[in-house]
Amino acid sequence: MEKSDNLIKNAAGRMVPKTINGVEQVPYMGVGKFIPTGKKHAPSIKSYANYPADGNKQVESLKDALIKAGLKDGMTISTHHHFRNGDLLANLIFDIAHELGVKNLRWFPSASFPCHEHLIPYLEDGTISHIEGSMNGALGKFCSYGKMSRTAILRSHGGRYQAVQDGDVQIDIAVIGAACADSFGNANGLYGQSASGLLGFALADSEYAEKVIVVTDNMVPFPCVPWQIQGNHVDFTVKMDKVGLSEKIVSGTTEITKSPDRLLLAEMTAKFCEVTGIIRDGFSFQSGAGGTSLAVGEYFKQIMKAKGIKARFARGGSNKYLVQMLEEGLVEYILDGQTFDLEGVRSMAENPGHVWTSPFTSYNYHGKGNFASLVDVAILGATEIDINFNANVVTHSDGLLLHGIGGWQNCLFSKTVIIPVPLFRDRIPIIIDEVTTLCGPGELIDVIVTERGIAINPLRKDLIEAAKGSGLPIKTIQELKAEADRICGVPQKQKFGEEVVAAIKWVDGTVIDSVRRVLE
Amino acid sequence: MTKKIATAGNDGDKIRSDCFVSLELKESGGLHIEVQSKVKTLFGDDILAVCKKALAFFGIENAEFFIDDKGALPWVIMARIEAAIKQLIESEKEFLPEMIEENTTSSQKSQFRFSRLYLPGNTPSMMLNAGIHKPNGLILDLEDSVAPAKKPEARFLVRNALRALNMYGAERMVRINQGDMGIAELAYIIPQNVNLILVPKCESAGYIKQLDIEIEKIKSAHKITMPTWYMPIIESALGVEKAFEIATASKNVVALAIGLEDFTADLGTRRTKEATESFYARTRLVNACKAAGIQPIDSVFSDVGDMDGLKENVKVSKSLGFEGMGCIHPRQIPVIHESFAPEADEIDKAKKIVHAFMEASEKGLGVVSLGSKMIDPPVVKRAETTIHLALRLGLLDENWREEFNA
Repeated sequence: MEKSDNLIKNAAGRMVPKTINGVEQVPYMGVGKFIPTGKKHAPSIKSYANYPADGNKQVESLKDALIKAGLKDGMTISTHHHFRNGDLLANLIFDIAHELGVKNLRWFPSASFPCHEHLIPYLEDGTISHIEGSMNGALGKFCSYGKMSRTAILRSHGGRYQAVQDGDVQIDIAVIGAACADSFGNANGLYGQSASGLLGFALADSEYAEKVIVVTDNMVPFPCVPWQIQGNHVDFTVKMDKVGLSEKIVSGTTEITKSPDRLLLAEMTAKFCEVTGIIRDGFSFQSGAGGTSLAVGEYFKQIMKAKGIKARFARGGSNKYLVQMLEEGLVEYILDGQTFDLEGVRSMAENPGHVWTSPFTSYNYHGKGNFASLVDVAILGATEIDINFNANVVTHSDGLLLHGIGGWQNCLFSKTVIIPVPLFRDRIPIIIDEVTTLCGPGELIDVIVTERGIAINPLRKDLIEAAKGSGLPIKTIQELKAEADRICGVPQKQKFGEEVVAAIKWVDGTVIDSVRRVLE
Repeated sequence: MTKKIATAGNDGDKIRSDCFVSLELKESGGLHIEVQSKVKTLFGDDILAVCKKALAFFGIENAEFFIDDKGALPWVIMARIEAAIKQLIESEKEFLPEMIEENTTSSQKSQFRFSRLYLPGNTPSMMLNAGIHKPNGLILDLEDSVAPAKKPEARFLVRNALRALNMYGAERMVRINQGDMGIAELAYIIPQNVNLILVPKCESAGYIKQLDIEIEKIKSAHKITMPTWYMPIIESALGVEKAFEIATASKNVVALAIGLEDFTADLGTRRTKEATESFYARTRLVNACKAAGIQPIDSVFSDVGDMDGLKENVKVSKSLGFEGMGCIHPRQIPVIHESFAPEADEIDKAKKIVHAFMEASEKGLGVVSLGSKMIDPPVVKRAETTIHLALRLGLLDENWREEFNA
């Protein structure tokens, strides 16, 4: 099968393949321009007459469950990243597949982590044909050097939901790891040694996959409540001694950065939101769990306290700092997408104001609206930004795939998107002429905050006006780029191979860019 | 010369924005240059070009040269290469990066020196963003923060930083080493527009006078007219006793700083939070400075995590008469600035007093009174100082008296 060929220029001016792994693609057409019609994909009809009347779907082992689910060559296996770098399941699934001699599996994780480096031999021996999902660290390098036998596809969390609904990815077997479950298949991420907070990333899989397996190390008698995953979608349940390494699932405690440069970035970002009136009574925000993002939250908190301002809701990634704001009444609700530390897990279990959400509510292109566009301000990261405010989050400027998209593309739909980044990392300028890989179109990115100045997208005349006289160092993005070039020197043009090793999907399922092979 | 192999710079997994170079001179066989760099895809060609240019500049035609680059800026790479070459070759020539316009400004004797941030002189990663935190002064340190074996190469790095590193308006300071080593370092920094030299463990006016002579020689050779100020650091019992002599040893002395770690060691006691052990030394130093008409500067506060403690410390420092303090972490800078600046009620009170004084002198009255209270001249003087400070810090509009006349 051809990996990908017939490149065509899309609406963003990037060359993208017309077909990937033999499947025809739609090139990116612009924000909100691609409106597919027809019906959503659906799993085949099930009847409860075929399931045990006592509700007990528990089988002996994961291997047993996979065999009963009909594991065979060429299937699509989905897993989820609730256990993050402490995940034991994905590796185990493919150990079993390898043992059974099954080949050519498509792995469809909601994200991969460094712990999944274990799977590289299976990519080499053909147990796994390719990955559709984020690729970090060793897996990213493996793909970047063109070693994967098919083309990888990277999607956002929302894009993953869309791909399932459109039938772009038809999941044969979904394996859902849960901190707590009953033998019927009801499950949540709240209680037990592998508590991860929530199971939102597995929601689409539980509804659309042909077979669904729930695996837990904390099997409780029916009913397991709350049922974040509904047992009515589940075919088999499995009890294991351990589904994840708890110390790597959530950090015991997230910590704000101590780097003076990042603190300065966070302070400037918060100040910008203050002077432009983004921080006002009843506002909403989303900020991630990276060191800088956490610090932005802390500066928000100081400003809100000083001015007596309360936020209506915050979108998580929840963590202890956000939980503190909830408990101090500075934030009325946390709408949580994933939980980053134990305080987040505790709060979600205890506090009715701490609400679990999924990509369906928050990000999904085929939803009738999404929460991301209701958020006043989202603070995001990027590896590169170009003078048209386009941004890259998946590759570094050497072309290596090192990060997933996560919810990043989806969050671009917030009313204001701010990206705090250093002007350069070591000698690598972050603001450049053209991003190595396009992940987010510049029209959705409003403000770039660097330690040497803040650039506002010319489309946001309101923000440019509001920031006047603030004393903040407002500059054009060209000025910032010139300063980076003056310090670092102008970088030479990178050389990449011809071969497309990965495709980047936009939130609507169209192809926004391709990633070329990195030359060794 | 017998030595044939030299190295310079730093390597290791944690090193960033720096590089390690090694050079072996050969009798024949031409140049072999190996470039290893984490930014090779973006700057590999540029790094190779800089290496070639540097070796050619010093006339090296036969050598094995290796660079392991961790994202160093060009002026850092240049300093490392030159440091290696000069271990093997004697040369008067200097391989200098371009002097940026920002580093050609001079500083004033009486400018604010509330905060000055120490930067280890052989650690480029800490230098790059230091200026954006807006300290009043940035100190490129050649003394205690540089390991003895690294001191020679730090000179090249500091020299190049004075030319190429944008310090975003901070006064450009260098702390030299003690004694003859410090004198030898002057040739590296005086021609590069350094604004102020910190003189560590200073105990004699004689050394300051020697600095005057040596610096004048270099300046006239390089036709430099820009002033070079001194901030001697008093770090011993003898230094404290000689404070006034040192303060008045040269017109270029603009401040005395106190270094409490070494001072308390010299006393044979320990540095405490209450600092009673150094009370005499600090007040003595303040007194000497005020008598000499220069700025007394306090020691650093070493607990970088304790901002409340720092705030308290600055308050005490200010109340003793100090006009500035050292910093070892950028986040200390805003706290120090805020705490040394006059507070709002202080400014308000000063405004009333100065206004009353000016009104009285305009009316030709000899006695100044505010309400029913007589105001003594020293009170007026202190209020004037506060107003002056507030004006310079932008906390007060220059037409502030208009509100009284409205």
